[in-house]
Amino acid sequence: MTGRIHSIESFGTVDGPGIRLVVFFQGCPMRCLYCHNPDTWNPQGGHEISVEQILRLYQKNKSFYRNGGITATGGEPLMQLKFLTELFQSARRQKIHTCLDTSGITYSAKKVEKIDQLLDVTDLVLLDLKHISPQKHQDITGHSNKNVLDFLSHLNQRGIPVWIRHVLVPGLTDDSQSLYELGRQLAPYRCIQVLDVLPYHTMGKSKYQELGLSYPLGDTPEATEEQAKAARREILLGIRENR
Amino acid sequence: MQDLWKDFNPGVWTQEINVRDFIQCNYTPYDGDDSFLEGPTDATTRLWDQVMELSRKEREAGGVLDMDTKIISTITSHGPGYLDKEKETIVGFQTDKPFKRSLQPYGGIRMAQKACQDNGYEVDPELVEFFTKHRKTHNAGVFDAYTPEMRACRSSHIITGLPDAYGRGRIIGDYRRVALYGTQRLIEDKTNQWNSTRTIMYSDVIRQREELREQIRALEDLQKLGEIYGFDISRPAANVQEAIQWLYFGYLAAVKEQNGAAMSLGRTSTFLDIYAERDLANGTFTEQQVQEFVDHFIMKLRLVKFARTPEYNALFSGDPTWVTESIGGVGIDGRHMVTKMSFRYLHTLNNLGTSPEPNLTVLWSIHLPVNFKRFCAKTSIESSSIQYENDDLMRVTHGDDYAIACCVSSMRIGKEMQFFGARANLAKCLLYAINGGVDEISKKQVGPKFRPITSEYLDYEEVMDRYKDMMKWLAQVYVNTLNIIHYMHDKYCYERLQMALHDKDVTRWFATGIAGLSVVADSLSAIKYAKVKVIRDENGLAVDYQVEGDFPKYGNDDDRVDSIAHDVVHQFMTYVKGNHTYRGGRPTTSILTITSNVVYGKGTGSTPDGRKGGEAFAPGANPMHGRDKHGAVSSLASVAKLPFMDAQDGISNTFTIIPGALGKDDIVFAGDLDMELDCPDEACRIPNLMEGLDREF
Repeated sequence: MTGRIHSIESFGTVDGPGIRLVVFFQGCPMRCLYCHNPDTWNPQGGHEISVEQILRLYQKNKSFYRNGGITATGGEPLMQLKFLTELFQSARRQKIHTCLDTSGITYSAKKVEKIDQLLDVTDLVLLDLKHISPQKHQDITGHSNKNVLDFLSHLNQRGIPVWIRHVLVPGLTDDSQSLYELGRQLAPYRCIQVLDVLPYHTMGKSKYQELGLSYPLGDTPEATEEQAKAARREILLGIRENR
Repeated sequence: MQDLWKDFNPGVWTQEINVRDFIQCNYTPYDGDDSFLEGPTDATTRLWDQVMELSRKEREAGGVLDMDTKIISTITSHGPGYLDKEKETIVGFQTDKPFKRSLQPYGGIRMAQKACQDNGYEVDPELVEFFTKHRKTHNAGVFDAYTPEMRACRSSHIITGLPDAYGRGRIIGDYRRVALYGTQRLIEDKTNQWNSTRTIMYSDVIRQREELREQIRALEDLQKLGEIYGFDISRPAANVQEAIQWLYFGYLAAVKEQNGAAMSLGRTSTFLDIYAERDLANGTFTEQQVQEFVDHFIMKLRLVKFARTPEYNALFSGDPTWVTESIGGVGIDGRHMVTKMSFRYLHTLNNLGTSPEPNLTVLWSIHLPVNFKRFCAKTSIESSSIQYENDDLMRVTHGDDYAIACCVSSMRIGKEMQFFGARANLAKCLLYAINGGVDEISKKQVGPKFRPITSEYLDYEEVMDRYKDMMKWLAQVYVNTLNIIHYMHDKYCYERLQMALHDKDVTRWFATGIAGLSVVADSLSAIKYAKVKVIRDENGLAVDYQVEGDFPKYGNDDDRVDSIAHDVVHQFMTYVKGNHTYRGGRPTTSILTITSNVVYGKGTGSTPDGRKGGEAFAPGANPMHGRDKHGAVSSLASVAKLPFMDAQDGISNTFTIIPGALGKDDIVFAGDLDMELDCPDEACRIPNLMEGLDREF
């Protein structure tokens, strides 16, 4: 079967362990203010590719991926659940480490059966939590974070390793109270192995211009490494004090 | 001699000149980490400050501080030279003082004159007259024999970078032999060789006898060089300091007489470690002293300098000497060859600061010990000064005692040498195929007068057909040009000392080189998969191309175009091999224009891939800049498809990446190289991100 993808990066080193083949899925329901891949939003964009084609790319250069695997990111990979499941099933059969990078926004209890089929063959989930407050999450992405937290809870039940990612945007996601609260709510989930706080950057700006869109964050400054580290400490404090 | 070899495990190396056997019988693989290393001593720091001060003065003086204009450089031409005699533990300069460049006219007097003039000096007129009227140079010999066609190819840059006016370089003497055996034993060995040549005086036997005699004389001079600095190097070295010193004298003698573009050192660290281990065990020296010897040795190697012209420096983007030292690798018995000395060499980048010279090259293998890999990664991140090459690939044909000359040319030390071959511009060759041998820039008929292509749009089959014919012609004129060069170099500028540190019978690699490979691959791909319209000038000469539509580009792991690149290399090598090569040289090729790609691009008109006339080529085997769209692995995969067996002289890919794209931090980078060998613990997979969480989990 085929799916729509935006592009493939053959040398991914930041989206999961090791060197990875990173597949950028086309289409996303979220409209995060700081999105740096607006060119992946439109579900009709990109180009078609088959599961076999992707795995062939992987197998051709598998010596590079010895300690890595495949990461599905986007866009929102869960929007093409059937294609994604088939990709990961085939990858699992070939003993390839599978990693899903998602916002979790399309999760709902109704879909759990289908999602479980995917999770059966998923080794790691990178869960991008945009904000812990439902309202702020709504403001930033256009959606509440209820589905996201439900998905996390489900992943925890299933014992699937999760790396939490959180983008630090000055003035938007950096108040220490929310950061601590984020930690507090993450505390019970033993499936979380890694907390990665990413400083907001403006490298996506030019893509908005190319697409004829205005850049929602205007002149918001980039976050520094130090700010990201400090924020991470705040979240960790929230986790530690609430275990 | 037996006394000086005390504590070493005996082997055939005691009976014959065989450094590899000595190493295999005696070295101690080191699996530990870098914690044993020592920082710079006070003397080291002060000496290096002195060097930095002299470097500053040299820069201010416009690039050259001092030059010889009267004394012809030979092994024994100068008295001793020092930075600070009291502080230096390893001594010796090319002339009687540091930063003074020597005069080497045997490659070509005009080049030597120009190198002086361009830097504001004048070679002694008597000397010029001598080397013009009475003593012929390599350069003069070459030009006596060149055909008009060769000269045309040379001046139109379809064959470029030929070593016809200075030393050809690329030959690595086995300088370790000086330390292990001393010059006396080496002279005896060479004398035996001289006494045991074939006895009917064919010209090759006469040449061999004359060369062996030259080699013996060079070894006698080398012994005198030791005396000049107050050492008796006729006997083997007694300890690690002497071993480094003896070895360095061997190298120094080579660079006093030869100014090749690449004067590489070999593979010395594991050899020297055997001495260091013995001295440490016997309490002769401390670790700090051993590191100081190494620091001072490396400092000397950084100060190797030649008189060059501005054109030369433009071709190589600077003033490189390619003092390449090969480190690590794995032995054919499966033991890795990393020793403490491998660490000490790399550690000089910390103790003295970073430097492109000597060109420290790690022979990388998946089987190197993890601690060494980590140390390499760490030192690379801090210094950006380590070169890596694939030992697993090269060991198959070269064994475990080969070294790299220049950037990528591998050869067994003391057993194989190389005739350096510059490179042929295959992109220009494609334009000649289209224009029937007329140069697109000078408009002169340089190649054979084949029928030009006259169609408006290029047809793949037709172009390929013509291209093959033109490559065949180019290979023929190229190889024969090199035949002349190497004949004359042997005759007028023979590397007597370097060859004295080789076996009697050596394998000679006949190196050639390819420039513009990615331009050719993309051009042929454009012709095949898109439409390429030819723009011609008033005389019907193709001068530009319009590409209509898209086409697969080399660098994206796309077999459609990668196979073209593969086939071009293989085809060209087939044509090269069809020619007679001087002294039975075994043809090979390299794809490695690391810096000269800019100059080659400048001399080449617009090409059918859409590249405009004068634009730089990609370096080496690299994809053209910005055309690889699918990330590093795809880009590297395209390069990796090139046939190594056709290009055993090396394939280079210059790869730049922002640190952030290599992973989350230094630790992740080091860890990723080896996770599965490294650490079964899941926590290792994601080291730094776990910080702060590990107590709870």
